Amino acid sequence: MLTTVQDGGRWGYQSRGVPVAGPMDRFAHRLANVIVGNDPRDATLEVTLLGPHIEFADDRLVSVTGAEFENIPSNAAFSVSPSQPLIFGRRIRGARAYVAISGGIDVPMVLGSRATHLPSAMGGLGGRALKTGDELRLGPPKGGHYRNEGTSRHVLTSVVSAFRRTESTLHILPGPQADRFAADALAILESQAYVVDPNSNRVGYRLNGPHLQSITSADIISDATPMGSIQVPASGTPILLMADCQTTGGYAKIANVISADLTIAGQLAPGDKVSFARCSLSEAVDALRSQEQILLAMEQS
Amino acid sequence: MNGHRIVPAGDSVLVLEFEERIDAILSARAAAVAEALDAAAMPGIRDVVPTYRSVAVYFDPLQTGRTELTQTLEALANQPTPERLRAHRTAIEIPVCYGGDFGPDLASVAAAAGLTETDVVALHSGVTYQVLMIGFMPGFAYLGTLDSRISVPRLTTPRPRVPRGSVGIAQQQTGVYPGDGPGGWQLIGRTPVRPFDLSRTDPFLFRAGDDVRFVSVTRSEFDQLDRSS
Repeated sequence: MLTTVQDGGRWGYQSRGVPVAGPMDRFAHRLANVIVGNDPRDATLEVTLLGPHIEFADDRLVSVTGAEFENIPSNAAFSVSPSQPLIFGRRIRGARAYVAISGGIDVPMVLGSRATHLPSAMGGLGGRALKTGDELRLGPPKGGHYRNEGTSRHVLTSVVSAFRRTESTLHILPGPQADRFAADALAILESQAYVVDPNSNRVGYRLNGPHLQSITSADIISDATPMGSIQVPASGTPILLMADCQTTGGYAKIANVISADLTIAGQLAPGDKVSFARCSLSEAVDALRSQEQILLAMEQS
Repeated sequence: MNGHRIVPAGDSVLVLEFEERIDAILSARAAAVAEALDAAAMPGIRDVVPTYRSVAVYFDPLQTGRTELTQTLEALANQPTPERLRAHRTAIEIPVCYGGDFGPDLASVAAAAGLTETDVVALHSGVTYQVLMIGFMPGFAYLGTLDSRISVPRLTTPRPRVPRGSVGIAQQQTGVYPGDGPGGWQLIGRTPVRPFDLSRTDPFLFRAGDDVRFVSVTRSEFDQLDRSS
Protein backbone atom coordinates (compact mmCIF):
# COMPACT_ATOMS: atom_id res chain seq x y z
CA MET A 1 0.00 0.00 0.00
CA LEU A 2 1.30 3.44 -0.87
CA THR A 3 -0.88 6.46 -0.26
CA THR A 4 0.52 9.99 -0.41
CA VAL A 5 -0.84 13.52 -0.26
CA GLN A 6 -0.47 15.24 -3.66
CA ASP A 7 -1.48 18.56 -5.18
CA GLY A 8 -0.64 20.14 -8.54
CA GLY A 9 3.08 19.88 -7.78
CA ARG A 10 5.90 22.01 -6.40
CA TRP A 11 6.56 24.22 -9.40
CA GLY A 12 9.08 27.03 -9.60
CA TYR A 13 11.97 25.54 -7.63
CA GLN A 14 13.56 23.12 -10.08
CA SER A 15 16.33 25.69 -10.62
CA ARG A 16 17.21 25.06 -6.96
CA GLY A 17 17.14 21.29 -7.34
CA VAL A 18 13.64 20.79 -5.90
CA PRO A 19 11.64 18.18 -7.85
CA VAL A 20 8.05 18.93 -8.88
CA ALA A 21 6.50 15.73 -7.44
CA GLY A 22 2.66 15.97 -7.56
CA PRO A 23 0.27 13.38 -8.97
CA MET A 24 1.40 10.59 -11.29
CA ASP A 25 -1.91 11.09 -13.12
CA ARG A 26 -2.48 14.86 -13.12
CA PHE A 27 -5.71 14.64 -15.10
CA ALA A 28 -7.32 12.23 -12.62
CA HIS A 29 -6.14 14.36 -9.69
CA ARG A 30 -7.69 17.48 -11.15
CA LEU A 31 -10.85 15.66 -12.16
CA ALA A 32 -11.33 14.40 -8.60
CA ASN A 33 -11.14 17.97 -7.31
CA VAL A 34 -13.52 19.29 -9.96
CA ILE A 35 -16.14 16.68 -9.07
CA VAL A 36 -16.35 17.72 -5.41
CA GLY A 37 -16.13 21.44 -6.23
CA ASN A 38 -12.58 21.90 -4.92
CA ASP A 39 -9.99 24.26 -6.32
CA PRO A 40 -7.93 22.39 -8.94
CA ARG A 41 -4.85 22.94 -6.77
CA ASP A 42 -6.31 21.38 -3.62
CA ALA A 43 -4.54 18.32 -2.26
CA THR A 44 -5.93 14.83 -2.82
CA LEU A 45 -4.78 11.40 -1.76
CA GLU A 46 -2.95 9.34 -4.36
CA VAL A 47 -3.79 5.70 -3.62
CA THR A 48 -1.51 3.10 -5.23
CA LEU A 49 -2.79 -0.41 -6.00
CA LEU A 50 -4.29 -1.10 -2.56
CA GLY A 51 -6.95 1.15 -1.11
CA PRO A 52 -6.71 2.40 2.47
CA HIS A 53 -9.58 2.35 4.96
CA ILE A 54 -10.53 5.97 5.63
CA GLU A 55 -12.78 7.21 8.42
CA PHE A 56 -14.22 10.73 8.55
CA ALA A 57 -14.84 13.06 11.48
CA ASP A 58 -17.64 14.94 9.73
CA ASP A 59 -19.86 14.80 6.67
CA ARG A 60 -18.01 15.38 3.41
CA LEU A 61 -18.42 15.04 -0.32
CA VAL A 62 -15.87 12.67 -1.83
CA SER A 63 -14.85 11.55 -5.31
CA VAL A 64 -12.48 8.85 -6.51
CA THR A 65 -10.95 9.00 -9.97
CA GLY A 66 -8.19 7.17 -11.83
CA ALA A 67 -7.91 3.53 -10.76
CA GLU A 68 -11.24 1.78 -10.20
CA PHE A 69 -12.15 -0.25 -7.12
CA GLU A 70 -15.13 -2.58 -6.70
CA ASN A 71 -16.75 -0.84 -3.71
CA ILE A 72 -16.34 2.73 -4.87
CA PRO A 73 -18.21 4.65 -7.54
CA SER A 74 -15.73 6.09 -10.03
CA ASN A 75 -15.76 9.67 -11.26
CA ALA A 76 -18.81 10.65 -9.23
CA ALA A 77 -19.47 12.64 -6.08
CA PHE A 78 -20.83 10.77 -3.08
CA SER A 79 -21.27 11.55 0.60
CA VAL A 80 -19.34 10.14 3.51
CA SER A 81 -19.97 10.63 7.21
CA PRO A 82 -18.53 9.42 10.53
CA SER A 83 -20.72 6.34 10.21
CA GLN A 84 -19.74 5.70 6.56
CA PRO A 85 -16.03 5.01 6.15
CA LEU A 86 -14.43 4.69 2.74
CA ILE A 87 -13.52 1.07 2.02
CA PHE A 88 -11.99 0.41 -1.38
CA GLY A 89 -12.27 -3.32 -1.88
CA ARG A 90 -10.69 -5.12 -4.80
CA ARG A 91 -8.93 -3.14 -7.52
CA ILE A 92 -10.53 -3.54 -10.93
CA ARG A 93 -8.23 -1.54 -13.20
CA GLY A 94 -5.59 1.18 -13.15
CA ALA A 95 -2.80 1.64 -10.62
CA ARG A 96 -3.51 4.97 -8.92
CA ALA A 97 -6.75 6.40 -7.60
CA TYR A 98 -7.21 10.00 -6.49
CA VAL A 99 -9.42 10.68 -3.50
CA ALA A 100 -10.70 14.25 -3.38
CA ILE A 101 -12.55 15.35 -0.27
CA SER A 102 -14.50 18.61 -0.28
CA GLY A 103 -12.26 21.22 1.36
CA GLY A 104 -9.09 19.42 0.35
CA ILE A 105 -6.36 17.84 2.52
CA ASP A 106 -4.83 20.50 4.73
CA VAL A 107 -1.20 19.58 5.35
CA PRO A 108 1.35 22.42 5.68
CA MET A 109 2.58 24.04 2.49
CA VAL A 110 6.27 23.50 1.75
CA LEU A 111 7.63 25.86 -0.91
CA GLY A 112 4.12 26.62 -2.05
CA SER A 113 2.90 23.05 -2.39
CA ARG A 114 1.43 20.21 -0.34
CA ALA A 115 2.79 17.53 -2.69
CA THR A 116 4.76 14.67 -1.13
CA HIS A 117 8.22 14.04 -2.62
CA LEU A 118 9.27 10.72 -1.14
CA PRO A 119 13.03 10.66 -2.03
CA SER A 120 13.69 14.01 -0.30
CA ALA A 121 11.02 13.47 2.39
CA MET A 122 9.44 16.81 1.52
CA GLY A 123 5.81 17.95 1.76
CA GLY A 124 2.67 15.94 2.42
CA LEU A 125 2.39 14.43 5.88
CA GLY A 126 5.94 14.62 7.26
CA GLY A 127 7.40 13.95 3.79
CA ARG A 128 6.27 10.33 3.89
CA ALA A 129 3.58 7.94 2.74
CA LEU A 130 0.54 7.59 5.01
CA LYS A 131 0.41 4.80 7.54
CA THR A 132 -2.28 3.24 9.66
CA GLY A 133 -3.50 5.58 12.37
CA ASP A 134 -2.53 8.83 10.64
CA GLU A 135 -4.97 11.70 11.00
CA LEU A 136 -5.28 14.35 8.29
CA ARG A 137 -6.84 17.78 8.68
CA LEU A 138 -9.26 18.91 6.01
CA GLY A 139 -9.88 22.41 4.73
CA PRO A 140 -13.30 23.99 5.21
CA PRO A 141 -15.80 22.61 2.66
CA LYS A 142 -16.43 25.13 -0.08
CA GLY A 143 -20.09 25.32 0.89
CA GLY A 144 -21.97 24.62 -2.31
CA HIS A 145 -23.39 21.25 -3.23
CA TYR A 146 -22.14 19.40 -6.22
CA ARG A 147 -23.60 21.16 -9.19
CA ASN A 148 -24.78 18.85 -11.90
CA GLU A 149 -23.83 15.29 -11.28
CA GLY A 150 -25.87 13.79 -14.09
CA THR A 151 -24.37 15.90 -16.86
CA SER A 152 -20.81 15.55 -15.66
CA ARG A 153 -21.04 11.81 -15.32
CA HIS A 154 -22.28 11.60 -18.85
CA VAL A 155 -19.38 13.71 -20.17
CA LEU A 156 -16.91 11.70 -18.14
CA THR A 157 -18.10 8.36 -19.33
CA SER A 158 -17.21 9.37 -22.85
CA VAL A 159 -13.78 10.73 -21.81
CA VAL A 160 -12.85 7.71 -19.78
CA SER A 161 -13.87 5.33 -22.53
CA ALA A 162 -11.73 7.35 -24.93
CA PHE A 163 -8.73 6.73 -22.67
CA ARG A 164 -9.46 3.05 -22.50
CA ARG A 165 -9.04 2.61 -26.25
CA THR A 166 -5.43 3.71 -26.06
CA GLU A 167 -4.79 2.55 -22.56
CA SER A 168 -1.57 0.73 -23.29
CA THR A 169 -0.18 3.10 -25.93
CA LEU A 170 1.74 6.22 -25.03
CA HIS A 171 2.32 8.78 -27.74
CA ILE A 172 5.80 10.24 -27.95
CA LEU A 173 7.75 13.03 -29.55
CA PRO A 174 11.45 12.60 -30.38
CA GLY A 175 13.53 13.69 -27.37
CA PRO A 176 16.25 16.32 -27.12
CA GLN A 177 18.98 13.70 -27.61
CA ALA A 178 17.18 11.50 -30.16
CA ASP A 179 20.07 12.21 -32.55
CA ARG A 180 22.46 10.35 -30.22
CA PHE A 181 20.76 7.05 -30.98
CA ALA A 182 20.91 4.87 -34.07
CA ALA A 183 18.58 5.96 -36.88
CA ASP A 184 16.21 3.05 -36.21
CA ALA A 185 16.14 3.45 -32.40
CA LEU A 186 12.74 5.19 -32.32
CA ALA A 187 11.35 2.50 -34.61
CA ILE A 188 12.70 -0.17 -32.25
CA LEU A 189 11.06 1.62 -29.31
CA GLU A 190 7.76 1.43 -31.21
CA SER A 191 8.27 -2.13 -32.46
CA GLN A 192 6.85 -4.09 -29.54
CA ALA A 193 5.36 -3.65 -26.08
CA TYR A 194 7.57 -3.05 -23.06
CA VAL A 195 6.80 -4.43 -19.62
CA VAL A 196 6.95 -2.19 -16.55
CA ASP A 197 9.64 -3.65 -14.28
CA PRO A 198 8.84 -4.49 -10.62
CA ASN A 199 11.65 -2.08 -9.71
CA SER A 200 9.54 0.94 -10.69
CA ASN A 201 8.09 3.66 -8.52
CA ARG A 202 7.04 7.32 -8.45
CA VAL A 203 10.54 8.33 -9.64
CA GLY A 204 10.32 6.29 -12.82
CA TYR A 205 9.49 3.06 -14.60
CA ARG A 206 12.14 0.69 -15.88
CA LEU A 207 10.87 -0.74 -19.15
CA ASN A 208 11.81 -4.29 -20.11
CA GLY A 209 11.87 -4.90 -23.84
CA PRO A 210 14.13 -4.20 -26.80
CA HIS A 211 17.31 -2.42 -25.79
CA LEU A 212 18.13 0.95 -27.31
CA GLN A 213 21.76 1.69 -28.02
CA SER A 214 23.19 5.14 -28.29
CA ILE A 215 25.69 5.81 -31.05
CA THR A 216 28.39 7.41 -28.95
CA SER A 217 28.06 7.50 -25.17
CA ALA A 218 24.85 7.14 -23.16
CA ASP A 219 26.10 9.90 -20.88
CA ILE A 220 25.48 13.54 -21.64
CA ILE A 221 26.35 16.75 -19.86
CA SER A 222 23.57 16.75 -17.25
CA ASP A 223 20.50 18.74 -18.17
CA ALA A 224 16.86 19.08 -17.14
CA THR A 225 14.75 15.92 -16.88
CA PRO A 226 11.02 16.59 -17.28
CA MET A 227 8.42 14.00 -16.24
CA GLY A 228 7.62 11.89 -19.30
CA SER A 229 11.20 11.79 -20.55
CA ILE A 230 12.40 8.39 -21.74
CA GLN A 231 16.07 8.21 -20.80
CA VAL A 232 18.41 5.40 -21.76
CA PRO A 233 21.47 4.55 -19.63
CA ALA A 234 24.37 2.52 -21.04
CA SER A 235 22.52 -0.74 -20.25
CA GLY A 236 20.08 0.10 -23.07
CA THR A 237 17.01 -0.39 -20.84
CA PRO A 238 14.77 2.67 -21.20
CA ILE A 239 13.46 4.44 -18.10
CA LEU A 240 10.30 6.55 -18.20
CA LEU A 241 10.75 9.40 -15.72
CA MET A 242 7.69 10.07 -13.59
CA ALA A 243 6.50 12.55 -10.95
CA ASP A 244 9.24 12.19 -8.31
CA CYS A 245 12.18 12.29 -10.76
CA GLN A 246 15.21 14.48 -10.07
CA THR A 247 15.40 17.91 -11.68
CA THR A 248 18.51 17.01 -13.72
CA GLY A 249 20.17 13.89 -15.06
CA GLY A 250 23.03 12.73 -17.23
CA TYR A 251 21.47 10.08 -19.49
CA ALA A 252 20.47 10.71 -23.10
CA LYS A 253 16.72 11.09 -23.60
CA ILE A 254 15.42 9.47 -26.76
CA ALA A 255 11.78 10.59 -26.51
CA ASN A 256 9.18 12.35 -24.40
CA VAL A 257 5.69 11.04 -23.69
CA ILE A 258 3.15 13.73 -24.62
CA SER A 259 1.53 15.56 -21.70
CA ALA A 260 -1.97 14.29 -22.48
CA ASP A 261 -0.82 10.65 -22.27
CA LEU A 262 0.84 11.03 -18.87
CA THR A 263 -2.64 10.29 -17.49
CA ILE A 264 -2.28 6.83 -19.04
CA ALA A 265 1.34 6.45 -17.91
CA GLY A 266 0.30 7.29 -14.37
CA GLN A 267 -2.05 4.30 -14.36
CA LEU A 268 0.63 1.73 -15.17
CA ALA A 269 1.63 -0.86 -12.57
CA PRO A 270 4.60 -3.27 -12.53
CA GLY A 271 3.93 -6.08 -14.99
CA ASP A 272 1.73 -3.94 -17.25
CA LYS A 273 2.50 -3.77 -20.95
CA VAL A 274 2.98 -0.43 -22.65
CA SER A 275 3.64 0.52 -26.27
CA PHE A 276 4.95 3.71 -27.78
CA ALA A 277 3.89 5.49 -30.96
CA ARG A 278 5.12 8.74 -32.44
CA CYS A 279 2.66 11.54 -33.05
CA SER A 280 2.98 15.11 -34.25
CA LEU A 281 3.41 18.13 -32.01
CA SER A 282 0.01 19.48 -33.06
CA GLU A 283 -1.66 16.16 -32.21
CA ALA A 284 0.01 16.31 -28.80
CA VAL A 285 -1.24 19.83 -28.10
CA ASP A 286 -4.72 19.03 -29.44
CA ALA A 287 -4.98 16.02 -27.12
CA LEU A 288 -4.00 18.18 -24.16
CA ARG A 289 -6.50 20.85 -25.21
CA SER A 290 -9.34 18.28 -25.34
CA GLN A 291 -8.58 17.21 -21.78
CA GLU A 292 -8.38 20.81 -20.62
CA GLN A 293 -11.70 21.67 -22.26
CA ILE A 294 -13.46 18.84 -20.43
CA LEU A 295 -12.10 20.01 -17.08
CA LEU A 296 -12.92 23.65 -17.80
CA ALA A 297 -16.45 22.79 -18.91
CA MET A 298 -16.99 20.86 -15.69
CA GLU A 299 -15.51 23.63 -13.55
CA GLN A 300 -17.88 26.13 -15.13
CA SER A 301 -20.98 23.92 -15.05
CA MET B 1 27.02 26.68 -35.93
CA ASN B 2 26.72 29.90 -34.04
CA GLY B 3 26.92 28.27 -30.66
CA HIS B 4 23.37 27.39 -29.74
CA ARG B 5 20.23 25.51 -30.72
CA ILE B 6 16.69 25.22 -29.37
CA VAL B 7 15.28 21.70 -29.02
CA PRO B 8 11.93 20.48 -27.67
CA ALA B 9 11.70 18.03 -24.77
CA GLY B 10 8.09 17.02 -25.34
CA ASP B 11 5.13 19.34 -25.94
CA SER B 12 5.67 21.58 -22.91
CA VAL B 13 9.43 22.05 -22.54
CA LEU B 14 11.88 23.88 -24.79
CA VAL B 15 15.61 23.59 -24.19
CA LEU B 16 18.13 26.20 -25.26
CA GLU B 17 21.51 24.48 -25.59
CA PHE B 18 24.89 26.15 -25.88
CA GLU B 19 28.02 24.32 -27.02
CA GLU B 20 28.47 20.82 -25.67
CA ARG B 21 31.13 21.22 -23.01
CA ILE B 22 31.44 22.04 -19.33
CA ASP B 23 32.65 25.61 -19.20
CA ALA B 24 32.00 28.31 -16.60
CA ILE B 25 31.31 30.86 -19.36
CA LEU B 26 28.51 28.72 -20.83
CA SER B 27 27.00 28.13 -17.39
CA ALA B 28 27.08 31.88 -16.76
CA ARG B 29 25.30 32.46 -20.07
CA ALA B 30 22.65 29.85 -19.18
CA ALA B 31 22.14 31.47 -15.77
CA ALA B 32 21.81 34.91 -17.41
CA VAL B 33 19.19 33.64 -19.88
CA ALA B 34 17.26 32.00 -17.02
CA GLU B 35 17.29 35.21 -14.99
CA ALA B 36 16.10 37.25 -17.95
CA LEU B 37 13.28 34.79 -18.62
CA ASP B 38 12.21 34.84 -14.98
CA ALA B 39 12.18 38.63 -15.12
CA ALA B 40 10.13 38.62 -18.34
CA ALA B 41 7.34 36.68 -16.54
CA MET B 42 5.77 35.38 -19.75
CA PRO B 43 2.30 33.85 -19.33
CA GLY B 44 2.16 30.10 -18.80
CA ILE B 45 5.83 29.64 -17.85
CA ARG B 46 5.99 27.09 -15.02
CA ASP B 47 9.70 26.71 -14.40
CA VAL B 48 13.02 27.85 -15.84
CA VAL B 49 15.91 25.50 -15.17
CA PRO B 50 19.46 26.52 -16.07
CA THR B 51 21.98 23.65 -16.22
CA TYR B 52 25.67 23.44 -17.23
CA ARG B 53 25.21 24.57 -20.79
CA SER B 54 21.46 24.75 -21.33
CA VAL B 55 18.23 26.30 -20.10
CA ALA B 56 15.01 24.29 -19.94
CA VAL B 57 11.76 26.25 -20.03
CA TYR B 58 8.66 24.43 -18.74
CA PHE B 59 5.48 25.98 -20.09
CA ASP B 60 1.78 25.38 -20.58
CA PRO B 61 1.37 24.88 -24.35
CA LEU B 62 -2.26 26.03 -24.06
CA GLN B 63 -1.17 29.39 -22.63
CA THR B 64 2.31 30.09 -23.94
CA GLY B 65 2.90 30.72 -27.61
CA ARG B 66 5.60 28.32 -28.68
CA THR B 67 6.73 30.57 -31.51
CA GLU B 68 6.90 33.58 -29.22
CA LEU B 69 8.84 31.60 -26.61
CA THR B 70 11.25 30.35 -29.28
CA GLN B 71 11.83 33.91 -30.49
CA THR B 72 12.41 35.12 -26.94
CA LEU B 73 14.93 32.33 -26.32
CA GLU B 74 16.63 33.07 -29.62
CA ALA B 75 16.98 36.74 -28.69
CA LEU B 76 18.31 35.91 -25.22
CA ALA B 77 20.77 33.38 -26.64
CA ASN B 78 22.25 36.09 -28.81
CA GLN B 79 22.73 38.48 -25.90
CA PRO B 80 26.32 39.52 -25.46
CA THR B 81 28.10 37.14 -23.09
CA PRO B 82 27.97 38.62 -19.61
CA GLU B 83 31.46 39.88 -18.80
CA ARG B 84 31.07 39.03 -15.14
CA LEU B 85 27.44 38.10 -14.68
CA ARG B 86 27.95 37.84 -10.96
CA ALA B 87 29.98 41.00 -10.48
CA HIS B 88 27.18 42.62 -8.48
CA ARG B 89 27.14 39.75 -6.02
CA THR B 90 29.74 39.02 -3.38
CA ALA B 91 31.18 35.53 -3.25
CA ILE B 92 29.48 33.17 -0.80
CA GLU B 93 32.03 32.04 1.81
CA ILE B 94 31.80 28.47 3.02
CA PRO B 95 33.80 27.67 6.17
CA VAL B 96 35.19 24.13 6.00
CA CYS B 97 36.87 21.97 8.61
CA TYR B 98 39.08 19.78 6.42
CA GLY B 99 40.25 16.21 7.08
CA GLY B 100 39.81 13.94 10.08
CA ASP B 101 36.38 12.38 10.57
CA PHE B 102 34.89 15.17 8.46
CA GLY B 103 37.07 14.44 5.44
CA PRO B 104 37.67 10.69 5.35
CA ASP B 105 39.10 10.82 1.80
CA LEU B 106 41.50 13.74 2.28
CA ALA B 107 44.51 11.50 2.97
CA SER B 108 43.92 9.29 -0.06
CA VAL B 109 43.30 12.31 -2.31
CA ALA B 110 46.63 13.79 -1.14
CA ALA B 111 48.43 10.50 -1.65
CA ALA B 112 47.01 10.06 -5.15
CA ALA B 113 48.08 13.60 -6.07
CA GLY B 114 51.54 13.26 -4.53
CA LEU B 115 50.77 16.21 -2.26
CA THR B 116 50.40 16.83 1.46
CA GLU B 117 46.94 17.25 3.00
CA THR B 118 47.83 20.91 3.60
CA ASP B 119 48.54 21.33 -0.12
CA VAL B 120 45.16 19.84 -1.02
CA VAL B 121 43.38 22.19 1.39
CA ALA B 122 45.30 25.16 -0.04
CA LEU B 123 44.38 24.19 -3.61
CA HIS B 124 40.72 23.57 -2.73
CA SER B 125 40.27 26.81 -0.76
CA GLY B 126 42.55 28.92 -2.93
CA VAL B 127 40.18 29.66 -5.81
CA THR B 128 36.77 31.20 -6.42
CA TYR B 129 34.31 28.68 -7.82
CA GLN B 130 31.16 29.26 -9.81
CA VAL B 131 27.83 27.48 -9.37
CA LEU B 132 27.70 25.70 -12.75
CA MET B 133 24.44 23.87 -12.08
CA ILE B 134 22.04 22.96 -9.29
CA GLY B 135 20.52 19.48 -9.25
CA PHE B 136 20.78 15.95 -7.81
CA MET B 137 19.00 16.97 -4.58
CA PRO B 138 17.41 20.21 -3.29
CA GLY B 139 20.14 22.83 -2.91
CA PHE B 140 23.03 20.76 -4.30
CA ALA B 141 25.36 23.04 -6.31
CA TYR B 142 27.93 21.71 -8.77
CA LEU B 143 30.92 24.03 -8.33
CA GLY B 144 33.73 24.43 -10.83
CA THR B 145 36.44 24.45 -11.66
CA LEU B 146 38.53 22.31 -9.34
CA ASP B 147 42.31 22.53 -9.68
CA SER B 148 43.38 19.69 -11.98
CA ARG B 149 46.09 18.63 -9.51
CA ILE B 150 43.40 17.43 -7.07
CA SER B 151 40.95 16.12 -9.66
CA VAL B 152 39.91 12.61 -8.56
CA PRO B 153 37.32 10.14 -9.85
CA ARG B 154 34.05 9.38 -8.08
CA LEU B 155 34.17 6.49 -5.59
CA THR B 156 33.62 3.16 -7.33
CA THR B 157 31.01 2.35 -4.69
CA PRO B 158 29.03 5.35 -3.45
CA ARG B 159 28.59 5.74 0.29
CA PRO B 160 25.04 4.85 1.37
CA ARG B 161 24.96 7.80 3.74
CA VAL B 162 26.96 11.00 3.41
CA PRO B 163 26.37 13.39 6.35
CA ARG B 164 24.84 16.80 5.72
CA GLY B 165 27.46 19.51 5.14
CA SER B 166 30.08 17.14 3.73
CA VAL B 167 32.34 18.76 1.14
CA GLY B 168 33.18 16.46 -1.74
CA ILE B 169 35.27 16.53 -4.89
CA ALA B 170 34.92 14.54 -8.11
CA GLN B 171 36.55 15.09 -11.48
CA GLN B 172 36.67 18.85 -12.10
CA GLN B 173 34.03 19.76 -9.52
CA THR B 174 33.33 20.22 -5.84
CA GLY B 175 30.14 20.57 -3.83
CA VAL B 176 28.43 20.54 -0.44
CA TYR B 177 25.89 17.82 0.40
CA PRO B 178 22.77 19.72 1.59
CA GLY B 179 21.28 16.74 3.44
CA ASP B 180 22.10 13.21 4.58
CA GLY B 181 21.93 10.80 1.70
CA PRO B 182 23.87 8.54 -0.63
CA GLY B 183 26.84 10.06 -2.40
CA GLY B 184 29.81 9.08 -4.55
CA TRP B 185 32.10 12.09 -4.30
CA GLN B 186 35.35 11.92 -2.31
CA LEU B 187 34.87 13.70 1.02
CA ILE B 188 37.58 16.11 2.17
CA GLY B 189 35.83 18.17 4.85
CA ARG B 190 32.59 19.42 6.32
CA THR B 191 30.87 22.79 6.70
CA PRO B 192 28.35 23.90 9.32
CA VAL B 193 26.65 26.01 6.62
CA ARG B 194 23.37 24.61 5.30
CA PRO B 195 22.86 25.00 1.54
CA PHE B 196 19.18 24.08 1.97
CA ASP B 197 17.24 24.93 5.12
CA LEU B 198 13.45 25.29 5.05
CA SER B 199 13.48 27.19 8.35
CA ARG B 200 15.22 30.15 6.68
CA THR B 201 13.33 32.93 4.92
CA ASP B 202 15.30 32.01 1.81
CA PRO B 203 15.85 28.26 2.14
CA PHE B 204 18.41 28.22 -0.67
CA LEU B 205 22.00 29.36 -0.31
CA PHE B 206 23.07 28.92 -3.92
CA ARG B 207 21.76 29.95 -7.27
CA ALA B 208 23.19 29.19 -10.70
CA GLY B 209 25.99 31.63 -11.54
CA ASP B 210 26.93 32.48 -7.92
CA ASP B 211 30.57 32.77 -6.85
CA VAL B 212 31.66 30.56 -3.96
CA ARG B 213 34.85 30.39 -1.87
CA PHE B 214 35.86 27.83 0.74
CA VAL B 215 37.64 29.02 3.89
CA SER B 216 39.57 26.60 6.09
CA VAL B 217 38.48 26.63 9.76
CA THR B 218 39.56 24.64 12.82
CA ARG B 219 37.37 22.08 14.55
CA SER B 220 36.60 24.46 17.40
CA GLU B 221 35.63 27.21 14.95
CA PHE B 222 33.43 24.66 13.15
CA ASP B 223 31.72 23.72 16.42
CA GLN B 224 31.16 27.36 17.32
CA LEU B 225 29.66 28.14 13.90
CA ASP B 226 27.55 24.97 14.01
CA ARG B 227 26.03 26.00 17.36
CA SER B 228 25.18 29.46 16.11
CA SER B 229 23.66 28.30 12.81
